[in-house]
Amino acid sequence: MAHTPKIRMQDIHKTFGDKAVLKGVNLDIQASESVCIIGTSGCGKSVTLKCLLGLVTPDSGAIYVNGAQTVGQSRDKREEMLRQFGMTFQFGALFDSLPIWENITFRLRQRQPLTRKEARDFAADIVSQLGLDGAVVDQYPAELSGGMQKRVALARAIADKPEILLFDEPTSGLDPITGGVIDNLIVDQVKKLGATTLTISHDMNSVRRIADKVAMLHQGQIIWFGPVSEMDDTGIAEVDQFVHGNPVGPLTSGKVQ
Amino acid sequence: MFTADAVRWALLPPYYGRQLLRQIIDIGYYSLPVVGLTTLFSGMVLALQSYTGFARFSAEDTVATVVVLSVTRELGPVLAGLMVAGRIGASMAAEIGTMRVTDQIDALDTLSTRPMQYLVAPRLVAGTICLPFLVLVGDIIGVFGGYLVGIYKLGFNPGLYLARTLEYLEFSDVLLGLVKAGVFGFLIALMGCYHGYHSGRGAEGVGLATTNAVVSASILILISNYLVTAVFFGG
Repeated sequence: MAHTPKIRMQDIHKTFGDKAVLKGVNLDIQASESVCIIGTSGCGKSVTLKCLLGLVTPDSGAIYVNGAQTVGQSRDKREEMLRQFGMTFQFGALFDSLPIWENITFRLRQRQPLTRKEARDFAADIVSQLGLDGAVVDQYPAELSGGMQKRVALARAIADKPEILLFDEPTSGLDPITGGVIDNLIVDQVKKLGATTLTISHDMNSVRRIADKVAMLHQGQIIWFGPVSEMDDTGIAEVDQFVHGNPVGPLTSGKVQ
Repeated sequence: MFTADAVRWALLPPYYGRQLLRQIIDIGYYSLPVVGLTTLFSGMVLALQSYTGFARFSAEDTVATVVVLSVTRELGPVLAGLMVAGRIGASMAAEIGTMRVTDQIDALDTLSTRPMQYLVAPRLVAGTICLPFLVLVGDIIGVFGGYLVGIYKLGFNPGLYLARTLEYLEFSDVLLGLVKAGVFGFLIALMGCYHGYHSGRGAEGVGLATTNAVVSASILILISNYLVTAVFFGG
């Protein structure tokens, strides 16, 4: 008997104004699997993620998390569902007005009473696991470099030991070395938590390091979904062009680059 | 819809006490200098102008009464409201707008925190609470400004000026100003939050949200000023 997927997206459609962004996205992600969605800018990757989180409501289709339908659920149910998720945003989305330790323990402190010292120590412990000096927790996001902010965002995402981790462009804006370090940290932490992971990226080096499976989103649909090891040889022109970064091909025909 | 949601979440737990305190300090404490200066000079100029006018029909001794009634019923709340709209309305819209465009509001949401409850409700409550206090302080400073001009520039007897100040002042005059201030504080916070929350993308979107917050709050202050006055005095 097949396992119920951890996440199932079924025929998701979403239109903004007269622009159809998602035109029937189908995706199954099994427990503990790491899936990357790739695709050109503006193809709907972020919208897919936002639909999963309930930040954007699909026009039609169904999304199941642990077998439970999430589209149209009540606010309370959604909050309960969101407790299973940890997410890093493309630009960190750290709260500017809070020091790092409060950013990291934000959700934790809503759920359980922690003294300032306990929360601070907890945050210092997590950031040190991610290769940062524990003293950084007293600083504010604006005082940190891009790479440090990404680590803090990762720390915030994993602080509550979520079952599902979502990463939106985890290495964007980073140099290749720092990007590689972030990828390794993600892989380590995901393994430690045994979490299911969905990542959005167009950094192919990052995809190869993070993903078990890759889904290519094109014109609002998943046009290929398979193991990362088969990504280089799918026989689909759009996937080949994207994966190999060719400037010429079906993805760019007729477009000004 | 936004207003109903904001009010609803302001009433329901959990309450974010630290957020509320931060807003009270921002709105109440840090607005004191600007409100104090504005009302001080308004009271001073009012004393001078009313003296000039009333001297033409030998009614100079009503200057103190005119100053205190004008300041408590109109100038205090309206000027404080407009100054706070410029200072706080803009800052709220810019802060929340920036949070919107940098995905911080989405991040709040994914961390199981209602942005309406965490960001908007404390600002609304703080605005509604702080403005009356600011106006009360502004009233005192404004009347004091009139007193300074009355005594040192126009040569009134200090005891007589004070007596005239208190003689015709009623509690309802002060209350009207404070009620107006509460309404203005609510509207300023509401406009700041609303425009910030619905800010467009990029720096231009945040800039536009800030401008809209100040302009709409200022207009609503002037409209509601008339409406509250009309309600209090039966039109």
